[in-house]
Amino acid sequence: MSLIATLARLEAVETGRAAPLATVRHRHLSERPLVLVPLTTSGEAGAPLGALVGTDREAPRLLVVPQPRDRELRFAFLAELADAVLPHLDAYADEVEAAERNETDPETGKKVKVEVELCADAPQIVVPGRAAIDFVRLLGRSMRFRRTAEQDPDTPHPAPPRVPLLGRWLTHYGERARVPGSALLLAATDLLGRHWATGQSSLEDQHLGALLAWIDPPEGASGAEAALRAELARDGDGQLLCPPAGPATDPAFDNKLLAPAIDRYDRARQALYAAQDGEAADARLGDLTRAEQEIRRLVGEQLRPTWEAVWQSLDLLRELPGAPRTADRWTRDRWSFTAHRDRVRAGEPPQPRRDDAVTAAAKLASRETAQAQLEAQEALDDPLVMAGRRLAGEAFAGEVVDVVMAWSESKRPSPRPLVTVRTDDAPHLAERAKVFRSLDGKPQSAEFVGYQADGALVLRLLDKMGRSKDPAPGSVPEKGDRVCWTLFEHDQRGGPRLPDPEATPWTHGGPPGTDAEHPDPLTPEDLL
Amino acid sequence: MTVAERGFDPGAAAAEATGRILHDTLHGQARGVVVDSPPGAGKSTLVVRAALELAAAGRPLMVVAQTNAQVDDLVVRLAEKEPDLPVGRLHSSDADPYDKSLDDLPNVRKSSKAGDLAGLDVVLSTAAKWAHVKDVEPWGHAIVDEAYQMRSDALLAVAGLFERALFVGDPGQLDPFAIADSGQWAGLSYDPSASAVTTLLAHNPELPQHRLPVSWRLPASAAPLVSDAFYPYTPFRSGTDHGDRRLSFGVPSDGSAPDGALDEAAEAGWALLELPARHTPRTDPEAVRAVAQVVRRLLDRGGAATSERSPDPVPLTAARIAVGTAHRDQAAAVRAALSELGVTGVAVDTANRLQGREFDVTVVLHPLSGRPDATAFHLETGRLCVLASRHRHACIVVCRAGVTDLLDEHPSTEPVQLGVTVKFPDGWEANHAVLTHLGEHRVVWRP
Repeated sequence: MSLIATLARLEAVETGRAAPLATVRHRHLSERPLVLVPLTTSGEAGAPLGALVGTDREAPRLLVVPQPRDRELRFAFLAELADAVLPHLDAYADEVEAAERNETDPETGKKVKVEVELCADAPQIVVPGRAAIDFVRLLGRSMRFRRTAEQDPDTPHPAPPRVPLLGRWLTHYGERARVPGSALLLAATDLLGRHWATGQSSLEDQHLGALLAWIDPPEGASGAEAALRAELARDGDGQLLCPPAGPATDPAFDNKLLAPAIDRYDRARQALYAAQDGEAADARLGDLTRAEQEIRRLVGEQLRPTWEAVWQSLDLLRELPGAPRTADRWTRDRWSFTAHRDRVRAGEPPQPRRDDAVTAAAKLASRETAQAQLEAQEALDDPLVMAGRRLAGEAFAGEVVDVVMAWSESKRPSPRPLVTVRTDDAPHLAERAKVFRSLDGKPQSAEFVGYQADGALVLRLLDKMGRSKDPAPGSVPEKGDRVCWTLFEHDQRGGPRLPDPEATPWTHGGPPGTDAEHPDPLTPEDLL
Repeated sequence: MTVAERGFDPGAAAAEATGRILHDTLHGQARGVVVDSPPGAGKSTLVVRAALELAAAGRPLMVVAQTNAQVDDLVVRLAEKEPDLPVGRLHSSDADPYDKSLDDLPNVRKSSKAGDLAGLDVVLSTAAKWAHVKDVEPWGHAIVDEAYQMRSDALLAVAGLFERALFVGDPGQLDPFAIADSGQWAGLSYDPSASAVTTLLAHNPELPQHRLPVSWRLPASAAPLVSDAFYPYTPFRSGTDHGDRRLSFGVPSDGSAPDGALDEAAEAGWALLELPARHTPRTDPEAVRAVAQVVRRLLDRGGAATSERSPDPVPLTAARIAVGTAHRDQAAAVRAALSELGVTGVAVDTANRLQGREFDVTVVLHPLSGRPDATAFHLETGRLCVLASRHRHACIVVCRAGVTDLLDEHPSTEPVQLGVTVKFPDGWEANHAVLTHLGEHRVVWRP
């Protein structure tokens, strides 16, 4: 944790309210995000219990699995989820704009510009917390290898038509969420934690209710009291007033309310199967429906507070003005969405279970680039974030006290003016370290020359001054200007091109096998 | 374990190991040879020698090192040994891409394009630069230096450039790291964030593996501790014996704690200067001042080092002293404190940047000093190993009391990843081993 984040937490403890960590919003928020609040069955990894999903805060769609151990009912849930999510994704797939992409011509090997489609906007999914992102990934993993009856008439348990497709999309969203600064799939706790520091530990911040209590406590209560209440307060029946944001449920809910309700449902179903004649069946169907309605009510009650909390989080974040450079990162998300749309349309197989060596290396490289870029962009967008970097010795702001013209020693001398800066910051400048400032949105670099006797820094400007002997107007700071310099680069160079997967070298096991991935074979242990 | 056990000749043992390595490299059938080298075991000497022999055998050779400083150092060593050898230094297109001293070497050609260096006997560059080389005839042989500090994905990017390779490195030093989360690939044989050697051996377990058995840098007082604590299954010895090296001071102790620590270090090779227990910020002002005072006294007391290198004592100058820390802000704070005391020319840096360097005396700010918690970063075995193995004569550790308790309160809690080879020893155990030993050379701070 950075020093400034520690200070913000201390301040939060002292005032009893969360302290801001940012003055602008550092993540893109869609006009119409799809909010998804999933619940899972305890003790049954990958068996969903229910979900609230939708784009309309007032009209969420409630999906419930009355008996999570029943495969048919789980499939029905997933089909319904596909029905709720896929139209939202499809709505963005056809609104495109023309864009250009650099591609290597396979024949000449030269870089050529290719006209391609780029989706004008991309669908955004917001879930309550990181555990829900993991659950989205798990759902994706469990669905994308399923086969429908249409794909394979012999498959023993065919999945409903659109379920494998939903699995591929959820896998893509789950994987994209691992890219720093991406916004296709966001967790409300991460969003809030980026913008506010609370007086509790970052582990406790994973509780959406407690986190919101610190940021926006009810009238008259301190954040700490409200957070404690959100975590612990129970009603007369021993149920939490603020149920956990999921996907895991509270054991008291499982034991006291859910388990008996599922038992009643099971008994009603058995009774229905055992019915001798039509009249008895009608009556027992009524019992079954009532039992199912009861489970739906219980699950809905668990989900509703979290649903509200996610929307409240979005409201709080929308009060902050969007940071300018989020648009750039959102464009990358749109590229990501468009690329997956194209892969699906081209009939490519689902994402493999494991990345091959080249794909893994490429993903890690792009995520490291994204991480460095995110850190730089957040600092450039937000003086409060930059203050944290200054405090850490990674940037400094100061007044220009002197500018002396100088030129490089070459046949065509270029301007290399010496700029003296007085600052109260304490940057960790090594000998001849490079520093950067933002000049009309582009980074201008300078070299650290040394300290003057009074502690002022001397920098030599290196670029962005035009081609002539004298620097272009406005490209050199003037005496009296206040300038902020960073020790980190503003843009990130991409890494080297990796070999094609078919050319994986012997050190990494050679080319991967070409067999298509098959779903896990069914074994006697597969009870679900 | 003492060095002068009857029958052990460090020079002969090292020469025998080197001979086997060179034989496998030049005449073996395997596509790769892996050499583990403890600190100061003559890794660079081996690399230079292997390069010369491969060049003499007419095998086109590329050398992959991890930093520009390492590449330049190897170029200079090659030119010293064999001034007539045509050497290529492939460099980046940034400003000042290589050490200016290379310009004085007549047979070293420098270029940012691999094509310009084609046909030279040996071409050297960093892994990062090699990764951008495309469309060239592959080299018959490669030497990968500091292979344990190279990431698997960096090897993936360059492995297509060579047919066979010699991988040399120190497994005990700091592992490579990634700034983005790489947990999803943990346990895969080609985890891109693992070290190059881990991936190489996972896919090619039959490759011959060697190790250098003698540390020429570490004194007889340090080799057993470093070997036991950090290399428990691959022990090594020091090349010198007790008494071969001596550190002495012209000015007697003034009775202060820093002087007491210096005397203990001169006598035993180790000293622990222990400050009172306290939770502090990272740049603990008292500890930083204590480090600076130790360095100041080290210079003021006219230290002189006697070693096997020369019969007469060599004055201990600032250039032969280093200060090691865990974090960059700590290094910056120590630098500021030193300049207040008028000390210049002492290398002050983090463990990451001191890797591969050698000094007569090191002063170390213990990574866990004053901390309320022991994180994986601070417990990393390699970090402590680097800090405790840079010296030829003595190492003085400055630390707040209570680290042993801190360790006991924070057993490592990292999740166990399936398929990942568990690294022994873990940082927790190595830290305990070092602290126990240092406890025998404790000098308590008196303000």
